[in-house]
Amino acid sequence: MNFDDTPEEAAFRARARTWLAANAPHELEPELKLSGFAALRLESVDPLAAAKAWQRKKYEAGWAAVGWPKAYGGAEASPIEQVIWKEEEGVFAKLGGPFSIGLGMCGPTVMAWASEAQKRELLPRLASGEDIWCQLFSEPVAGSDLAGIRTRAELRGDQWIVNGQKIWTSGARNADWGLLITRTDPTVAKHRGLTMFFLDMKSPGVEVRPIRQMNEDSAFNEVYFTDVAIPDSQRLGAVGQGWTVALTTLMNERMSIGGGMPTGFPELFGLCAELGLLEDSGVVSRLAQFAVKASGLKYSAFRSISALSRGEQPGPENSIGKLVAGAMMQEIAQYAVDLEGESGLILEAGLAPDGGRFQAMLLRSPATRIEGGSDEVLRNIIAERVLGLPADIRVDKDLPFKDVPTGAARS
Amino acid sequence: MQFDFSEDQKALQAEVRRFFERESPISGVRKLIDDPAASHDAALWARVGEAGYLAAAIPEAFGGAGAGYLELCLVAQEAGRALAPLPAASSIYQAAELLLMAGDEAQRKAWLPRLASGQAIATVALGETVGEATPDSIVARVAGGRLSGVKLPVSDGMAADLAIVAAQGDAGLGLYLVALDGPGVARRPIKAVDPSRKQAEIRFDGASAEPLGAPGRGWALLSAMRDRAAVLVAFEQIGGAQAALEMARDYALGRYAFGRPIGSFQAIKHMLADMYVALELARSNAYYGAWALATDAPQLPLAAASARVAAIQAYKLCSSNNIQAHGGMGFTWEFDCHLHYRRARYLASVIGATPLWERRLVDAYRRAA
Repeated sequence: MNFDDTPEEAAFRARARTWLAANAPHELEPELKLSGFAALRLESVDPLAAAKAWQRKKYEAGWAAVGWPKAYGGAEASPIEQVIWKEEEGVFAKLGGPFSIGLGMCGPTVMAWASEAQKRELLPRLASGEDIWCQLFSEPVAGSDLAGIRTRAELRGDQWIVNGQKIWTSGARNADWGLLITRTDPTVAKHRGLTMFFLDMKSPGVEVRPIRQMNEDSAFNEVYFTDVAIPDSQRLGAVGQGWTVALTTLMNERMSIGGGMPTGFPELFGLCAELGLLEDSGVVSRLAQFAVKASGLKYSAFRSISALSRGEQPGPENSIGKLVAGAMMQEIAQYAVDLEGESGLILEAGLAPDGGRFQAMLLRSPATRIEGGSDEVLRNIIAERVLGLPADIRVDKDLPFKDVPTGAARS
Repeated sequence: MQFDFSEDQKALQAEVRRFFERESPISGVRKLIDDPAASHDAALWARVGEAGYLAAAIPEAFGGAGAGYLELCLVAQEAGRALAPLPAASSIYQAAELLLMAGDEAQRKAWLPRLASGQAIATVALGETVGEATPDSIVARVAGGRLSGVKLPVSDGMAADLAIVAAQGDAGLGLYLVALDGPGVARRPIKAVDPSRKQAEIRFDGASAEPLGAPGRGWALLSAMRDRAAVLVAFEQIGGAQAALEMARDYALGRYAFGRPIGSFQAIKHMLADMYVALELARSNAYYGAWALATDAPQLPLAAASARVAAIQAYKLCSSNNIQAHGGMGFTWEFDCHLHYRRARYLASVIGATPLWERRLVDAYRRAA
C-alpha cells in the first residue's frame, strides 16, 4: 500500500509538470482559484476566449483529450496517465468547462458510432476547442425517465425532420454541434423507438432559450426544434438503436473518476477557524462528520486510481462520488450560512462574508443533486448494479410508447 | 499509486475468512452468549493463536509472525465479519501495542510471546466513572508498588491474565502491569450490551503493580496507543458492517410482501444504498489509517481519527438498518441482527466513543492546517 507513482507514471507526471510550468495561463490562477461551484467566473478576460485559447494551446502540444487516439486529436494516454494529467492541470482544468460535455460524453459517443470520415473530421475540432458540443437528451417530460422523450424525428427522403423540445442543455448557446436523441417510432415500446443523431446547432429551426435558474445564472437552456432537417448521414447507430447509443454516452458520464467534485469542506473548516469556533463541541461534531465524508471520497478516488494503475476498471466504490459530494455541498452551505449569523443573508458582492462563497453554494447546490443522475437514480444504480436488488416494476416497459399513460392523458 | 492491499495480503484475507467460517460459526457466538459463566471462547482463541493470525504485527523476536499491520488489519476485518467472540481488541490491538510501545525488554519477553500465541490474554483497565476517562478522572492509585482502586467496566476482564492498569502514581497518571491471578485482585463478570465480548468489574486492593513506561507518561501512552488501536478496530467494524449489509440484502431479496420481494421497493433499496455508501466511505478512510499505521506516518492521528469516526458511523448505520430491513423478525433473539447491533455498540464505545474522536479529528486537522 503506497501513494507512489511507478517510474513510468513519475516520468509522465514530470513531463506534464514541466509543460504546464512553461505554458499554463498563470496570470489567471488567482481568479480561477476563486471561481468554483459549477460556473467559470473570470473578470479580467472573456471566459470563453480564455477557455478556447487554453484548449488550443494544449491541443497543439498534445495535452488535449489525452486519452483519445492520436488520429482524433488525442495523445493515447492510459487511464492512469489521464488521472495524472488531471491532477497536474489542477486549477487550469476549470478553463475546460465549455468543452467538458463534448470531450467527456459527445466525443466518446461519436467515436463509438460515427463513420471513420466523420470521426476524423469532427473529433480533432472538438479536441482543439474549435467546436463546442452540447448534449440534447433531457426533455420537460423526460428527465430521470430519459427513454420517455417525445421529440419526433421523421424520415423524408434522405433527411430527418425534427420537431420538439429539449431542456437543461448546458452550453447550448455556444455550441456548434449537438448530440440529439429523438423518437422515430412511437408505435413500439419506449426503449425501442429511439434514434440518435448529431446536428449543426446553427441549422434553421433550432432556437436556444436560456433558462433563468433559481440562482439567477443561466448556464442551462431550452432548445426548440421546428422542422429542423438532419441528413441521414448524421445518424449514429441504426434506426431504433438510440437507447443503446445513449448508454454509451451515459456510461462515459459515470466513468469519470469521483473525488474531483468539490464538497466545500476545506472552505467550511477555514470559516470555522476564522470565526474561532474550533473549540465549540457542536461545531467540532459537524466538522468531523463532514471531514470523514470528504476524506472518504478522496481515498475512494485513490482506490479507483490504483485499480486503473493496475490496468483494471475502477470498482463500484466509484459510483458514490456525486451522491455524497452533491448532498454534502448543500449541507455545508446551509451550515456555513448558519454560522455566519444574519450576515449570512447578504448576497451583494463586496459585502457578503467570504466573498459570498457559501451563498453561491447554497443557491447552486440543489442542481447538483439533480443533474447528471439525481440522488434517487444514483441510489437505484447502487442498489441494482452493486447490491443486486431487483429493478423496480415498470408498468410502461412493454406498452407501445403512444399508449404509455401521461399526466396530460389523465386529466 | 497502489492504495490497496497486495495480492498476497488479499490471499491471506481469503484464507482467514475461510478459517473463521469453519472455526467460528454463529452457533459458537451464541453458545458463548448463552453462557454467563464463560469468559470467552477459549477453544477458538487457542486455534487463532496456533494459526498465528492475530500475531501478524508482533515481531518474530517476541513470538509473533512479523508480517505487519496491513495483514493484521485484514485479520481484524475478517474477525469482525464473523462476529468472532475473541478478546482481540483488548489483548492484541491495545495491550500488545502498549507493551511494544512502552515495555522494557523483560516485560516484552515475558508477555508478548504468550499474547501472540494466545496462551495468555491481556486487557487494558482504564475507566472508573460515567463519561470518557480523563487523566483527572482516574482515582486508582499505586503506592510502593501496590495498586488500589476499582475498574469498571474492563473488557475481557474475566478472561485476562494480565491487566495494564491506568492509575495515579507519584509522578502523575501511569500505566502498570498487574497479574490478575495474584493476591489483592477480585473480579466478577458484568452483564454487558455485547455479551460476545464480556465485561468485568475488577477490584484491586494492594495488588502487586509493575510500572509500564516512564512514570507520569500514562496518558500520553494511552493516547498514542489508541491511534493504533482505532485503525484495527475500524477494520473489525468494516467487516461487521459489510456482513450486516449482506444480511439485509439477502433478506430483502427473499422476503416477499405485496406480491414482490421487498428489495424491489425503493424505500428499501435506497436505505441499503445509503448503508453501502457509508461502508465504502468508512473502508476508504480505514485504508488511509492502515497505510498510516503500517508506515508509522506522521499523519497517523488524523488518519486514525478519520477511520474511527467513519467506521463507527458505518457499523451503527448498517447494523440498525439491518434490523429495520428484517422488520419484526429483526427484533427477535433468534435472528442474528441484534448480534451486529450489539457488536457495533461495543466497538463504538471501546477506546473512546464518537464525541471524543470527533474532537481528536478536528484537533488533528488543526495541527495539519
